[in-house]
Amino acid sequence: MKRLLSLLLVPLLLAAAACSGSSESGGDSDEQVTLTYAIWDQAQAAAMKQIIQEFHAQHPNIDVQVQVTPWESYWTKLQTSVTAGSGPDVFWMTMVYAQYYAIGGGIAALDDQVKKSKLDTSVYVPAVTKAYTVDGKLYGIPKDVNGFGLCYNKKLFDAAGVKHPDASWKWTDVIAAAQKLTNKQKGVYGFVAPEADELSWYLTVPQVGGQVISPDGKRSGYDQDATIQGIQFWTDMITKYHVSPTLQQTTDTDPLAMLTSGKVAMRYCGSWEPEEIAAVPYGKANIGIAPLPAGPTGKREYYSNGLADSISAKTKHPEQAWQFLQFLGSEKAAEIQAKTGTVIPAYQGHADAYAKAMPEFDLQVFVDHLKYAQPFPASTDTSVWRDEVTKQFAEAWTGKAPVGDVSKSVAEMMNTALSKEKK
Amino acid sequence: MSGQGTATAPPDVLTGGETGRRAGPARRRRPRPPTRDSGWWALMLLLPAAAGLAVFEIWPTFQTIYYSFTSWGAFGGHAWSGLENYRTLIADSDVFHAIVNTAIITAITLLAVPLSAVVAALLSLPGMRGVTIYRTLYFLPVVTLPAAVALTWKWLFNGDYGLINWLLSKIGIDGPHWLSDPATAIFAISIVGVWGSIGYNMVIFLSGIRGIPVDYYEAAELDGAGRLAQFFHVTVPLLTPSIFFVTVITVINSLQAFDLIYLMVGQQSPAIERTETLVYLFYQRGFAEHDGGYAAAIGVLLLIATLILTAAQFRLQKRWVHYG
Repeated sequence: MKRLLSLLLVPLLLAAAACSGSSESGGDSDEQVTLTYAIWDQAQAAAMKQIIQEFHAQHPNIDVQVQVTPWESYWTKLQTSVTAGSGPDVFWMTMVYAQYYAIGGGIAALDDQVKKSKLDTSVYVPAVTKAYTVDGKLYGIPKDVNGFGLCYNKKLFDAAGVKHPDASWKWTDVIAAAQKLTNKQKGVYGFVAPEADELSWYLTVPQVGGQVISPDGKRSGYDQDATIQGIQFWTDMITKYHVSPTLQQTTDTDPLAMLTSGKVAMRYCGSWEPEEIAAVPYGKANIGIAPLPAGPTGKREYYSNGLADSISAKTKHPEQAWQFLQFLGSEKAAEIQAKTGTVIPAYQGHADAYAKAMPEFDLQVFVDHLKYAQPFPASTDTSVWRDEVTKQFAEAWTGKAPVGDVSKSVAEMMNTALSKEKK
Repeated sequence: MSGQGTATAPPDVLTGGETGRRAGPARRRRPRPPTRDSGWWALMLLLPAAAGLAVFEIWPTFQTIYYSFTSWGAFGGHAWSGLENYRTLIADSDVFHAIVNTAIITAITLLAVPLSAVVAALLSLPGMRGVTIYRTLYFLPVVTLPAAVALTWKWLFNGDYGLINWLLSKIGIDGPHWLSDPATAIFAISIVGVWGSIGYNMVIFLSGIRGIPVDYYEAAELDGAGRLAQFFHVTVPLLTPSIFFVTVITVINSLQAFDLIYLMVGQQSPAIERTETLVYLFYQRGFAEHDGGYAAAIGVLLLIATLILTAAQFRLQKRWVHYG
């Protein structure tokens, strides 16, 4: 009975402590508030909690709870909970959904607060800020940005007597090296060409001046010759040069696992992946990272996704949420994230900490790539056509139909989807 | 596949048969005749379950039918759109694929019915050893998490490093990429479906077989029938009520196949077009592509298909099911 009573007293005491705390701080609002912050990556949860700790030290009257939901169910849950008005106050946003949430009224425009707080948005990577600007209004504070590089197996390169890749590499160098490195008897492929937009043709299409979607987001670019050329780079690796595992193989086995087990010698990698490579002893010992090979004419542009933090349009505490958002976009928060080596902060000039986080890899490669970043292809309802595009391109990857034909029918499908969107 | 745990066997299969054999109809205690208050009590006791059913099953069904005539906004709000969703549905080639895929999966999964009848018959053989062990082994898939089942089978089916292809290579067969080859994926998925439903069916058949009086077998033996003849002429005819029940449940569950496709094939696989079922398409359109109204229309289509197939089975049962 006594124990029960003391248990009942705890919340009372806590409340009392909280009251005294807020009266001392004398912030903008004396009210004690708890915000919910939704994210999807468990690997980044520790960094997020550290940021919250620092934030709480400055704003004792605002508590923040992190809510981690795996990517697979994050968006379903977020949409349902925001619709019901019970969703998180602040959450991670990707470029893929930014317009959907902004136009649909799921996230709040931040311009008034930005002006009032005199927040300088020019410190962030411009491609990211641009992607979260919808109809001239900013809907998210850029969090991070993706760079890409060429991951290669040093051991396999040395064994085949092939020169390690460097900044001078273009497409033809990749093909030539892949041909020398492929050894069917040993089950080793020189290259891996998965059918994963973000990690495959989104990196090569801009290198030949093609586009996935027109800059105004109204037309598909898949019927352009340059776009088709950028996609063909990948299918040729499988169907013409036979230097990559087939689509069936890359579906059955994760291409990153193929790299870290010595089954493929080269793979295009994202800046969030070195952590996963280092987790495998063979990967940590044998994988090197070189700059992403340039297009035939030396072009290096690529489509980069990058996250932002957004405020729910239905939050009950817009003031406090904005304070937290400002902190998430601060130099301090950028530094904390960078040190973990998981992401490159969108806050420019703070990539050094990321680059030094894992001395076994040349992470600087990813940072140097950032200046070529283009906003990720997106429209109001990206998910309607993006999944369908991947589904249809399987025909080209398996060599059942020429890339050009598939790409043109993809463009038709995408244009139909785009014409139905609410602008 | 999904929802097996919630299905219940009809009382005549599980209890009627038992008493028939153990006590014999003559010694069965007569139930007390219902009195006036017992109706009250029955109503009171049924209320919680009925309320749950109404709130979580029946009301949503009607809501779904209503939503299938609407189009949805991103964050709340829907507008009446008449037959628009159904017009799209008829023209959508993915829906056609999904119907064909669902039919194939259902047809293959039905193989589990005779298979589990045989398993149950073998386990009921007099003098069979290790029955409990076998029964547990066959039943394990039913109580295992679908996600764990899917993941394990995914490894087994892996084209390059899977155990199945390794075994096949030992006898000189170059196995396909089971799950990512559009030609084989649907069969791989269905095999797992069959494997997963044998346990549940078996339990129902086991109790059904127990309900068959031993006299019939003795009489058959006197007439010179061997084990095989006994199985076909005594066990199978007297098991038809259980077979009917299991078939109805299997069809309904297979029509709702989703988890294995979602977990073992997935949107990124080149085999998805040849494996996606109606429920998978419902999920994709409703949750990945945010088209709730259209997804509801797919749901209604599935509801109608289920109703027709189940009604047809009840119609046809008169021709082959023997009660008693």
